[in-house]
Order: sequence, then C-alpha cells, then structure tokens
Amino acid sequence: MDTILTVTDLTKKFGPLTAVKDLSFTIEKGNVYGILGPNGSGKSTTLGIILNVVNRTAGNFSWFDGSISTHEALKKVGAIIERPNFYPYMTAVQNLKLVCKIKEVPETKIQEKLELVGLWDRRNSKFKTYSLGMKQRLAIASALLNDPEILILDEPTNGLDPQGIHQIREIIKKIAGQGTTILLASHLLDEVEKVCSHVVILRKGMKLYSGPVDSMLASHGFFELRSENMEELKGLLEKNASFGKIESFNGTLTAYLKEEMDAESLNKMLYEKGIVLSHLVKRKESLEEQFLTLTKNN
Amino acid sequence: MVRLLQIEFIKLWNNRASKILITSYFVLLTSIALIAAIKFNIGPVKFHLADQGIFNFPYIWHFNTFITAIFKLFLAIVIVSMMANEYSNKTIKQNLIDGLSKKEFILSKFLTVISFALTSTIFVFVVSMILGLVYSDYDELSIIFSDLEFLAAFFVKLVGFFSFCLFLGIFVKRSAFALGFLILWAILEQVMFGLLGWKVMSWESAGRIKDFFPLESMTNLIKEPFTRLSAVQNIGEQIGENMNFDYHVYWYEFLIVIFWTVLFVYLSYALLRKRDL
Repeated sequence: MDTILTVTDLTKKFGPLTAVKDLSFTIEKGNVYGILGPNGSGKSTTLGIILNVVNRTAGNFSWFDGSISTHEALKKVGAIIERPNFYPYMTAVQNLKLVCKIKEVPETKIQEKLELVGLWDRRNSKFKTYSLGMKQRLAIASALLNDPEILILDEPTNGLDPQGIHQIREIIKKIAGQGTTILLASHLLDEVEKVCSHVVILRKGMKLYSGPVDSMLASHGFFELRSENMEELKGLLEKNASFGKIESFNGTLTAYLKEEMDAESLNKMLYEKGIVLSHLVKRKESLEEQFLTLTKNN
Repeated sequence: MVRLLQIEFIKLWNNRASKILITSYFVLLTSIALIAAIKFNIGPVKFHLADQGIFNFPYIWHFNTFITAIFKLFLAIVIVSMMANEYSNKTIKQNLIDGLSKKEFILSKFLTVISFALTSTIFVFVVSMILGLVYSDYDELSIIFSDLEFLAAFFVKLVGFFSFCLFLGIFVKRSAFALGFLILWAILEQVMFGLLGWKVMSWESAGRIKDFFPLESMTNLIKEPFTRLSAVQNIGEQIGENMNFDYHVYWYEFLIVIFWTVLFVYLSYALLRKRDL
C-alpha cells in the first residue's frame, strides 16, 4: 500500500508548553483517517506542521516517498484548516483561479468543483457576502481543485448550523466514496465514527492510539437485557465466566462481555435456565464511549 | 517568475482600493507635465515655468525623477497593505497550505515591487522625454542622453523604499500601524542625526553617518534639483551665497541603498520563516 504521509517523533513546543510530543503515525492511501482529541490536544498544531505553516521543534515528517519538498507535495494535497481563508474582496471564481495559479493546475475544474459543493450559482458573488457554511463549502471546493491525493480537513463543521453540518458531511461522504484519502481532525466523535476507518487519538499532544476504529479497544461489546425476573437474571450472569462488569440502570441490565458471545447463544442459554427476555440487544461501545475510556486520565 | 507575478496581479487588481491607488499614482506621474502649464502674468512680470529651463535636457532627468519620487507614497500604501492584508485575511496561511513556498511568497511580493519601480521609471522616462523634446532648449542627442544615471537612481530608490514598506508590512502585520511606523522611522532618523551631531560628534561626521540610514540614503540618491536652476543660481550669486552643491549620483550611494534593499527582503523572508502562522 502507498504511504502518503509519515510522521516520526514530531514535537512542537510553544515556550514552556509542549503542544505535540513525540508523535508518530503513518497515513496510507485509500483510508479515511480521523484525528481525535479534546480541544487543545495538538490536532491543529500537528496539521499546521505537516502543512508548512507551523515550524516543528523536533522530529520529522515526509510526504509521499519523501523525495519532493513540502511545498511541492502540498500541491498534491487539499487542505482546509480552521476558518476558510480567502480574499474577501474577490469572487468565488476569482479566488479559485488564484488557487489554480498557486497549485499550478488548469482552471478547467473550477466549474465542476463549485457544482459539487453547490456554489456554482453564486460563483460571481464576493467571498465576503457568503455565509459561514458557504465559505466552508468554497474552501472544500478549493481544496479539491487539484484532485488531491489526500484531503485534510480540520474541524470542517465547526460553527455551522445543522443544515450546514449535514451538507458538509454529505460532501465528505461523497469524496470518501470516490476513493480519496481523507484526514479529518475533529472533536465531534459521531462525525468521525460515520466516515473514518482509522483513527489517531491525541491527548495533551501525545498519541494514545492509532489504528483501525474497530480494534480501538480490545472489547467484545455488551448486552442490554430486560426481563420479568431481573434479580435472577443478574445472579445468573454474575456466575457466568464470560461476563465481566454488570450494571443495572433504569430497569435495564448492561452486561459487558469478557469473551466473544453472540446474542443467539445467550438467549438460548437463558431460556434453558427458565428466564424469558423482553429485551435483548448486543452492542459495541460507541466511538464516544471508547474515546472517553481512552482519554480518561490514564 | 511569471506565475508569481500573475498571482500577485490577481490579488492586487481585484482589490478596488489598490486599483484606485495604483491608477492615481500613474495619473499623477503623467500630470507632472502640467507643471509646464504654470504661468503667471502679474502686470509686466511674465513668468512661465516651462521657460525657466526646468525642461532642459539633461536637467529634466534630475528634476522629474526628484519630483515624481514624492508620489511614491501612494504605492507605499498599496505595498504595505498588500502585505499586511495577507496577515489580517489569513490568506498567507492558505497560500502556504495551497503549496506556495515561503520563498516564493516573498519573491512574488518582491517581484511586484520591482515591476512597480520599473514601470514608474519607464513612465518618468517617457513623460520627461516628451516634455523635454517640446520645451528643451537643447536637442542634441548627446545632451538628451546624458545624466541618465538619475533614472537608474530613481529605480533603485523606489525598489529600496518599497522593500522597506514590504518589510514593515510583514513585521507589523497591520497596514495602518506599518504606515505609522514608516513615518515614525523617518522622524527617528532625523532625531538620531540630531543627537549624534549635538552630543556625540561633530555635525560633519554626524551628517556622514546619516547618509547610511535607510530612508536618508534613499533621499540622498537624488538630491534636490532647485539650486541648479539658472534663475535660482542668479539670485544666489546676487546675495553672495555659494551654491555650488554636488548633485551627482555616486556609486557608493547606490551601494548603500542596494544593501538596505537586500537586508529588508532577507529580513522579511527570515521573519516569515521563523514565525508560526
């Protein structure tokens, strides 16, 4: 598989504060990556470093096979970080023409990309007349002008209204569907969960985890159970070695698995023991729950 | 190189304020021709400025480059704000992310500065040539094309001054403050000269040191042309004042300004490289 980005032992200090510490990860072609972390965990700083706008204190990063300079590599990358930054007095088309000049790509894609983000009708309006959602969509169009190898998005839905968030997500899904590698930094977990296959989790500038979303926690999931006879159910589960922690909340038992078990065999086993369930759901921890477990002060 | 200039051109020409300032600047450069129209008729005294020899070759090269250099402030505003706006719109960040290197960024600004200076020089050359051909008392080719070093001085002076503006724009990041700083700096040079001459050394050596200050060295390239006018010379002789000043442009004056230009451009680049955006 082709490597798009390799980061090794990256460190950034702002005076006494260490924003990123010994961070290493690689981005492979074709995957959708999420960088997760609470506010101030070093996500934007990391992206700033690999995008040539923040100077690193130590460590290394290399784009593609490392044979070209960072600014040449960035011409094959599409990125938007934080707020969309364009010349306010220029129209969408004028701004995009400028980006084409910088990236050294022909201006032929402007229409296609503006149509993709639904701004073609407003192409001749000045950037300053746009709403935040439109600005963000223009930023995405601009990042896609060169049909990038990788699209980097930093908090793309920040500050948008629900409709705007929905539009951006739809666009991201569409792009991911076309096979473009995406690196998405966000603190909104459901956002990452919906589109990402891999995650890098940061806390206070340190990497807690990087790898596929599925194997984030060595967890076999849990059952949510309800029955007429809750006491007996609880007693039975506690005696079973397959289960770890068992919690009772609002008339529902939550039983965490220590080893793999499917819902069918649990149901069968309980029925044989004379317990009839009125509610049986097998679930995996959501990304949010896994994330909170990981970032808890460990 | 063409690409970098095109990038800067898109940024500048789509900005209405810059467009108006640039246009007015070149209109003003041309309007120097209007001086020719200055006539006074006070009874028996008839005064026609064009007849006073200000449009005589080669004096006109000196006179016009000196006068038009005053208008450079218009472009100073454009240059300072084209730099500072990149910071306030945060577009500098986006430019770098889009794949412009920091070197290319500075280079695109510096190339713009060069083209401004070059266009101005060509403008002044053409306007002066026309005015000279119409009004000059001398029209031998050898006279017309003498003293052309004033045009070279004009070019170097503008490049130096605009590079200073460029640096201030990057350094201060706010156009209004950067322009304030420019004025403050001009005053500071005079204050420093005053202090040196008053306390530290003789006025003569202070004056020599002053010639090395950035703005002062640029002013020095083209010295005031008025005392060269025959009319003024005549008055000087009558009141017994010696007016044999040295008007020439010297190579070391070029060198000082070029030194500052290189320094300002390098400092702009160093600053951009060092800063986190």
